[in-house]
Formats: sequence, structure tokens, C-alpha cells
Amino acid sequence: MKALHNMLDSIRPHFEEGGKLSRFWVVYDSLETFAFTPGHTTKNGVQIRDGVDLKRTMFLVIVALIPALLFGTWNQGHQYMLSIGEVSVADPLMMAFFDKMLIGAIKVLPLVVVSYGVGLGIEFLFAGMRGHSINEGYLVSGMLIPLIMPVDVPLWMLALAVAFAVIIAKEVFGGTGMNILNVALTARAFLFFAYPKQLSGEIWIHEVATSKAGGLLVDGYTGATALGQLASTVGKAPTEPAVMGVMDMFAADGMFSLTNSFFGLIPGSVGETSALAILIGAALLIWTGIGSWKVMSSFLVGGLAMGAIFNAMGLNAYMTIPAIHQVVMGGFMFGMVFMATDPVSAAQTERGKWVYGFFGGFLSIMIRVFNPAYPEGVMMAILFMNVMAPLIDHYVIQANVSKREKRMQLSLSQRATA
Amino acid sequence: MALEGLLVLVLGWKLAIDAEIYKKVVLASVPRPNFAPRKVNLSVLMSRKIRIKKGADIRLKGRPATTVDAAASTATYAVQPPNYHGVTPKLEVKEGAAVQTGSPLFHSKETPAMKFLSPTSGTVKSIVRGEKRRILAVVVESDGKSEAVALAKIDVASASSDAIREAMLSHGMFPFVGQRPFADVATPTDAPRSIHVSGFDSSPLAPDMEIVLQGRMDSFQAGILALSALVGGDAIHLGTRPGQAAYAGLDKVEITEFEGPHPAGNVGVQIHHTLPVNKGEIVWTMHAEDVANLGETLTSGKYTAKRTVAATGSEHPAPRYYQTHIGCELASLTNGIQGDSVRVISGNPLTGTHAASDGYLGGLDHQITLLPEGNDPKFLLTAGWLSPGLDKFSLSKSYPTWLLPKSKEFVMDTNTGGEERAFVVTGQYEPVFPFDIYPVQLIKSIMANDIDAMEKLGIYEVAPEDFALCEYACTSKIDVQDIVRDGLDNLKKELG
Repeated sequence: MKALHNMLDSIRPHFEEGGKLSRFWVVYDSLETFAFTPGHTTKNGVQIRDGVDLKRTMFLVIVALIPALLFGTWNQGHQYMLSIGEVSVADPLMMAFFDKMLIGAIKVLPLVVVSYGVGLGIEFLFAGMRGHSINEGYLVSGMLIPLIMPVDVPLWMLALAVAFAVIIAKEVFGGTGMNILNVALTARAFLFFAYPKQLSGEIWIHEVATSKAGGLLVDGYTGATALGQLASTVGKAPTEPAVMGVMDMFAADGMFSLTNSFFGLIPGSVGETSALAILIGAALLIWTGIGSWKVMSSFLVGGLAMGAIFNAMGLNAYMTIPAIHQVVMGGFMFGMVFMATDPVSAAQTERGKWVYGFFGGFLSIMIRVFNPAYPEGVMMAILFMNVMAPLIDHYVIQANVSKREKRMQLSLSQRATA
Repeated sequence: MALEGLLVLVLGWKLAIDAEIYKKVVLASVPRPNFAPRKVNLSVLMSRKIRIKKGADIRLKGRPATTVDAAASTATYAVQPPNYHGVTPKLEVKEGAAVQTGSPLFHSKETPAMKFLSPTSGTVKSIVRGEKRRILAVVVESDGKSEAVALAKIDVASASSDAIREAMLSHGMFPFVGQRPFADVATPTDAPRSIHVSGFDSSPLAPDMEIVLQGRMDSFQAGILALSALVGGDAIHLGTRPGQAAYAGLDKVEITEFEGPHPAGNVGVQIHHTLPVNKGEIVWTMHAEDVANLGETLTSGKYTAKRTVAATGSEHPAPRYYQTHIGCELASLTNGIQGDSVRVISGNPLTGTHAASDGYLGGLDHQITLLPEGNDPKFLLTAGWLSPGLDKFSLSKSYPTWLLPKSKEFVMDTNTGGEERAFVVTGQYEPVFPFDIYPVQLIKSIMANDIDAMEKLGIYEVAPEDFALCEYACTSKIDVQDIVRDGLDNLKKELG
């Protein structure tokens, strides 16, 4: 490794002030500090520092995303093959494993590449302009974004969404650590509002429109997600045949059964379908203490609570979906584990995290059921709670402040009487 | 199913409300223990035990053996004004002047009566100055005769408050009195609400106070008596570990026992959990060894600047205690270790200062620590940010070492372990900050220099050292102690 370091040292002068490539200092600096934790030592204050840094923290989040990424890649192939009848539900899942992975990879890899390419490009640009070194925040956002995208989203749309999210949601606020909204969700929200037609269209299963035109599509495949299907039932009587047809899909042997939804064998955004894969990531995040278990657990409780309330009300077919089924469908789990826990946009106080998480989960299910125009309630709920987080923190801190003020008044009055 | 869920929710809600009512109505009617100073001293019976849950013990290699050796007497001693925060020194001697132990070297510009005395007899060798001619050290070359100035002896049991105060100023003991708020040298004209002494040090590799005070309990008691004359009544508070026998039977002191990890031994933590500082109140603090020095100085009439220093750290060839004096040469404590690969720290690894290996023991330090310098770049896979880190102690659980038994000790170097970044990770400071204060929000208010918010968020109670563990744990490598120090200085300036 000495050789590598010597090489880096030897090209260093070109990038330093006055060198030919000094405008690319950020690139050099980020590569060098990526390969070697610099030999900086402590000065004032503490003489020893913990070995953990932002690189390691962010990297562990990416590791936690790997199960969802791998499963999502496979599942996109799986869904495609199901939709054209290449495999059937009864076939073993491992059948045509490599074909499925290949199809998935062909679709998912470009999403990842575009997301990182565009996002990091903008980050480098801003870091260069500001003379900062690169913050590692985008390493996670760049992986999150492809995982919450429909598989057939056009790459130019993705690039636009990433650019919008990084510039508007992050850089204008001052970069990593300063953003109010979760960057990845902003990208998704941008697409959702800028291209609503395309996003509610047939892009959730690979090539579903082409298959349909070619008459290859298996019966029952419309390319709609679980939430899309359910949204179509709202406003109709539960006894209508169309509604009953949809509800059948959510029964024990239906396409969107609880088991299928939990394991993730359903159409949906790349990384969001498998609750199991997400929970493996969640376990890593909680185990390493990087993701807040407080946010995750209160988010889950909030979602279950709203689900249970809807079950008790039972006013339409959507409301009768069991709470536990609600939380394993759509982006709920993914949002709970990877989006709501984003420390920058979440509540910062430990007490605030409970409140923040609970209402995040609660609103997710509420929006999803009440407003079928926004099937993905999680995105809206978390973005809303991002905005509310400073308010929650304000009240938590205010309680502490007034406690201190009361203590002072008490002490003053005691001294007055003494 | 659904109904059951709802029922559970409603029941849970009701239970929560019941608990709240119980707390407000039932518990409120139970008489609370009276925390006010008592007239009768029943310290053993009255001692209270407080459990500090938040904090962390950083388990470093290089703990001192319990042997205490006399350090070789050194050729020079230095009194370093920057050790005494908030004091502007005014020299009383010139280079070449002859001094005795207890001769004033300089005084405080703010309080001319506050003298800083020479810990040895000999001649003033040099006045070391830094930027803007700031005095960094007054170095005295020892003549080995240890001739001492005869100072007035004080009967600590009967002397008046004013007599003790004047004696502390003239006998060079006042600089060792700290204050909250501001965490600097106390202002002699203030009337402190109470005086707090921590009877143990919980910082990494810290000296065991029972060894430090061995054979000096009479002096310690005399120091306590002197302090109690200053505040009257029994407003002297001593924080100890549970069942510390050395402190049993002390007079005029209120003992509180503290359990739990570092920073339970920080006097600020102890104050917060016994009698928190409110706006407008002033409390004084003093290190236990300095209390003993105070007692000895006043009763013997001879300036006592003793230090039983814990010489520690993984790079120290033989960690142990040394008996020496304030301002001694660090070389007499390091067993000859020097060079660029070892960092000599005057103080503990969290709050100490990086000293030159030919430097001097800081005036308020009771420990030196020798750690390996970490100035080599670390390749990402072997020792850097992607390494398994099986030998890295970390408060974050991203290194697997948190699974190792608690008896395992680690070697840590001075590498920052990453570069400074924007503040991203939350919930990291709180578990190591045992105050009912929001550390991150307080730090942000300081960075914004918002005095009003700083006051509201509790800056009156804290010292930079209380944030040392936050700074240690910080993923973004933010200099938290420096920020808190700036905040306290700005606050003091603002309040005039």
C-alpha cells in the first residue's frame, strides 16, 4: 500500500494550488482520502478520537441496502418473466435464477450509474465552487434513489430528478447536513409531480407495455402495483365486481397475498418490495446503532395504529386490508428503515424522534387510503414530517428550557425567603 | 383482530395517562428529600447516592501501577499563565531575579492581590512569550536548596472568611479555585453559593484520588475547613465513589456518592446532579489535591505545590505515580521517552494539552499521558474507514470491538480517524452527556453566538471538559470543547 500512497503523493503537486490540474483538487482530495484516512492528528481539545467517521457510517448504510438491492434486481427479472408467462407462480423461485438476475441487472444497473453519475457530478461541482471537500452524504442518497424508482423509468427523467433533488433540496440549503427534506424522497417527489402520467403508467414491470402490445401479457397483469390496484377501489362499493376482483388479489392465494408482499414477490419500485430484505438491512442499522431504532419502531407502531383504526372503521374495501398487510406493502418498510431515519431531515432530539416516527407511520397509511391520487403515502408522509421535525424539536427543547426557568424561579424564591 | 388492536391502543393510552396522574398527584404529595445544606454534620449517615447512567469509560492501555515514586527533582520549573483561563498575567520578576519557593512570579491584572508563586527556589531563567508577547511561561532554574518564603500561618478552624480569602490570594492558592459559570479562575470578590470538590477522577487512565491523597487527609480536612469559612455553613460538597473509606469522618462537608461511568467524576456533572447552577448563581470548584495543598499551605505557612502525578499511557514504559511539584519538567515523568512518534499529554487524553516532550507539567494537571502519534495515513482496508477494526475502541457500534469483554484495554493513537464534516449523525452526544441539557442545540446556539439561546439551553452549568466525550465520539470530528470554550468566553464578555 506504500506504493499506492507514494503514487498519490507524486501526482499531488499537479492538483495543488498553482498546479496544472488545481481546479480538480476536490477530485484528487476525495480519492486520496477515500483510499487513505489522512494522517491528521488531534490538536486542541481531545487528544484521541473515535475511529468512526462519516465514510464508515455512510458505507454501513449502503451495506444495509445491499439485501434490498440484490433482491430487487432479482425481483425485477422475476416480475418480467411472470408477466409474460415465462415462469409461473407455482414454479420454484430459483428457476431461471441467472436470467432473472440478468434482466434485473440490465435495468437496475443503469439506474444506479445514472444516479451516482449525475449526483456526484453535481456534488463535485459544488464542492469545487465552495472549496470544500466532498461530504459523503450522497453516497447513500445515490443508492437510495434507484431503489425507490419504477424499473422502467426513463433514464433522462431519473437524471433530471437527481439533479433537482441534489441542487434544490440540498445544495441551496448549504449542502450535506443542512437540508430540510430527504434528498432521495425529493427526487421521487419531483418525478411524481413533474411526470404524474408517466409515473402512474406502465413502468412498474419491465417492458409491460410492449408485452401487452405483443399479446404476451398473462391475465391479471396490468403493470400496476399493489397500491395502484387498491387505489382503484376507492369510491366504489365493496360489492362491485371490479373491487372484489382487486380484493381477491390480496387474499391468501392472491398475487399480493401477505406472504408475497412480505417476501417481496410483487411489482413495485426496485428496492421497496421485500419487507424481509429491508428488515435484514434494518437489523444491521440497529445493530450498529446507525439507524435510529426509535424512529423505526415508532414509525411501525404509527402505521399499525392507523391500519387498525381503518380496520375498525371498515368504510371501504381499502380500509379492510389488515394493518399488518398494509405495512408490508408499497414503500412503507423502505421508508421506515431508510428514509425516515435520515438523521439530517428527521427530528434531532431523542424524544422528538418518537413523535416524528409515530406520525410518519400514521400519516403514511392515512394518505395512502384517503387519497388514491397519491398511492405512495409514505413519500408524502415522510416529506411532511421532515418539514415538521424542527417544530417537534422546538417543543421538546422548549420543555427543557421552561424546566430550567422554573428551577431558577424556585431557587430565587428560596433565596428571597432565606 | 382490528377491534383488538384498537383496544390495545386505547388501553395503552389510558395506562400512560394513569401513570402521568400518578406521577403528578401521588408522587408529588410524597415529601422530597431536603437538598438544602444542613446545620448538623452527619456526612456518613446523610450521604446520598446518585447513579449516572450516561457516559462512557474509554478503556486505554497504560494504567498506572499503584506504586508511588518520588520523581527526580528537575533543573527547571515553569508556571504557565495560559493554564489559568481568564487571568491576564502581570510580571513581578525579571529574568535573572532570585526567588524562593513561594515568591510571587506574577499576579493577575484583574485582581492584583491574586499572586502566582514560584514552586521552587532559584533564579528566574526565562520568560517565554508567544504571539503578541503573551506570556506563556515563567521558567525558574532551581538551586536545589528549596528555601521557602515564610508565609503567614492561618488557623483554618477559627479564621474569618476575609482572612482566609486574603491568605488564599497572597499564598498563591486562589488560582486553583475554578468557577461555574464560565469554567475559569474564580473572581475573589464573588460570593459563591457553594463550593464543590470531586473526590475522584473518572477520566481515562485517571489517577486514583485515594493514592493521590494518601497521608494527606489532615491537610485535605484543613483545606475543607478553610473553604467552608468562605461560604459559611456546610456549603462544601464532595462527590465520591460509593463507599470510599478515605473520605469517611470528614468534617464540614456534604458527601454525595456517584456511581457510573465517566464523566461522573467531573465536578460539573456532580454539581448538576446535586445543586444545579441557575442563572445568577456562582459556585466554586477545586481539585481534591489542591484542597490538600491549600490546607497544607495555610497551616504550615509554606507554599505547597505538590503533585502526585499519574504517569500513564500505552507508550509509557512503566506507568506509575510520581511525587513531584507543579510545573516540573515532563522529562522527569516520562522515563526518557521522547521523539515524534510519541505524544506527551499534560493531563488526560480527553482534556489534556499536547505538550513538548521538553515541556512542563500544567498547573492544573494531575496526570500525564503518553500516546502514539497517529500521523501516518491509514489505508482504507487495513486500518482506515473500511477496516474490520478489531483493535479499535469505539463508542459507535460500527466497530465490532463493542462485543469484546469490558476488561479489554486498547491502544489509541492521536489520529483524528477521519476529516471534519458537516454535522450529520444525531443521537451521538446525548448518551455520553449526563446533563439535562441538549448538547447539540447548545453547541449550535454557541456557533450562532446567540447569547439568549445559550442561557436558555443551560450554558451556565457546563465546562468544556463536560463535552469531552461528545467531542471524542463525534463522527463529524467537530471541535466541541473549543466551541464551548468560545461560548463561555463570549458569554462572560457579554455579561461584562
